[in-house]
Amino acid sequence: MTNAVPKIRLRGVKKRFGDKIVLNGVDLDVAQGESVIIIGGSGTGKSVTLKCILGLLDADEGTIEIDGEDVTRLRGRERERVNAKIGMLFQSAALFDSLPVWENVAFGLIQGKGLARTPAKEAAIKALAAVGLTADVGEMEPADLSGGMRKRVGLARAVCANPEIIFFDEPNTGLDPIMTDVINELIVKAVGGMGATALTITHDIASARKVGHRIAMLHDGKIVWQGPVADIDRSGNPYVDQFINGRAEGPIRMAVRA
Amino acid sequence: MPILAPIGRAFLALLAITGRLAVFAGAAIAHAVRPPYYPRLILKQMLEIGYFSLPVVGLTAIFTGMVLALQSHSGFARFNAESAIATVVVLSVTRELGPVLAGLMVAGRIGAAMAAEIGTMRVTEQIDALTTLSTNPYKYLVAPRLIAGLTMLPLLVLVADIIGVFGGYLVGVYRLEFNPANYLKLTWQYLEALDVISGLVKAAVFGFIIALMGCYHGFHSKGGAQGVGIATTNAVVSSSVLILATNYLITAAFFGT
Repeated sequence: MTNAVPKIRLRGVKKRFGDKIVLNGVDLDVAQGESVIIIGGSGTGKSVTLKCILGLLDADEGTIEIDGEDVTRLRGRERERVNAKIGMLFQSAALFDSLPVWENVAFGLIQGKGLARTPAKEAAIKALAAVGLTADVGEMEPADLSGGMRKRVGLARAVCANPEIIFFDEPNTGLDPIMTDVINELIVKAVGGMGATALTITHDIASARKVGHRIAMLHDGKIVWQGPVADIDRSGNPYVDQFINGRAEGPIRMAVRA
Repeated sequence: MPILAPIGRAFLALLAITGRLAVFAGAAIAHAVRPPYYPRLILKQMLEIGYFSLPVVGLTAIFTGMVLALQSHSGFARFNAESAIATVVVLSVTRELGPVLAGLMVAGRIGAAMAAEIGTMRVTEQIDALTTLSTNPYKYLVAPRLIAGLTMLPLLVLVADIIGVFGGYLVGVYRLEFNPANYLKLTWQYLEALDVISGLVKAAVFGFIIALMGCYHGFHSKGGAQGVGIATTNAVVSSSVLILATNYLITAAFFGT
């Protein structure tokens, strides 16, 4: 790591829902152009971390910085300005049912950046082509797409406006192994080609190895280990070992028995 | 005190809901009056609320006017006051039945649809997606519906008033054998501008309530399909009750003294 300001910096981020403490002091740096993977069991707060960075949830304590700017409590136009730097692929793709596919992809350009519909549609068709979908798909409704196509459209939407940061929330969930690899390839190509900074949540260790530079393990509301992808098999951390080997026995007990 | 505790809890819950609704309404109004505006979405909602609600509201109005004429006749004939039928029909329709029945029908049709659509968007993360795409959900989803509700319901009620009076005319002329010109003259004779205006003011308020409750319950739905179902039911029930309650308040404000 250099002394350069990280693209994303989290310090002591805490979040609770009622009595349940979800994040209990998360510290994480993501450098410019780096692809970081957050792994961890279900319900450990991975999605909550992303939502806190995006401002969809308010962190109770701690600070979140993007490009050195404290964005923890940003609201309104200021938040929109920061979010304009970010693209997001949701777990369910979260496509807008009321709009055709091309308008979903071009949404950030039309609504966020005020681009006219015709050039926005051209940009959307290019983005669809980049994820292996033809212009015909652009005229379809999201309800007519398969799971893999929805993910690809979601990915096209996430990268269409050339964001500086891209979040991927479980990009491979519910996909067959081949489509999983297709999506991974597209993520690597999209992130690498644009020089974007990426933060990905996944349970899939094979995908994490493929798309990430660095992995961070979230457990009990804290990052319990982080390091380069190459070091994951010799982390020496019992939580990481149990998780990546998918063993029922180990220090992560509550999640397994729940 | 075992009896007072549940009452206290219910009261506190009512205060909390009222507070949340007030905050939501304040934010929605603030976003509705400030740019950017979404004319395509406003137009789409206007069509949905105004144009596509016309058949159901029109049918409600015509049968209401017809029933009103029949009922008035059977009652007023007892003291030879049949000549008041046209006046009763027009005043009842413009002041009360037009706005209230149109409001309740639109609450069932549009309020439910708004809550279901926005609720589904909430539980499928589409509202979160809007935020990540630098689009304010209040401006994109709530403001167009509020503007459309506020503007289209008065127009809808104006049409309902005409259809309702026409329903009374049909029964009066073709069943009760009134002279057509005389029926129309009696309809106009005691009708004042305030009768129609009060009904249109009510319609605007009801349109705002329907859109606000549909959006509020949709926005705050949680869980999956069940949560969306609950939001839809709550939107219809709460907007219907609020329509009836505000109807009294507006009537008292216009005609209370």
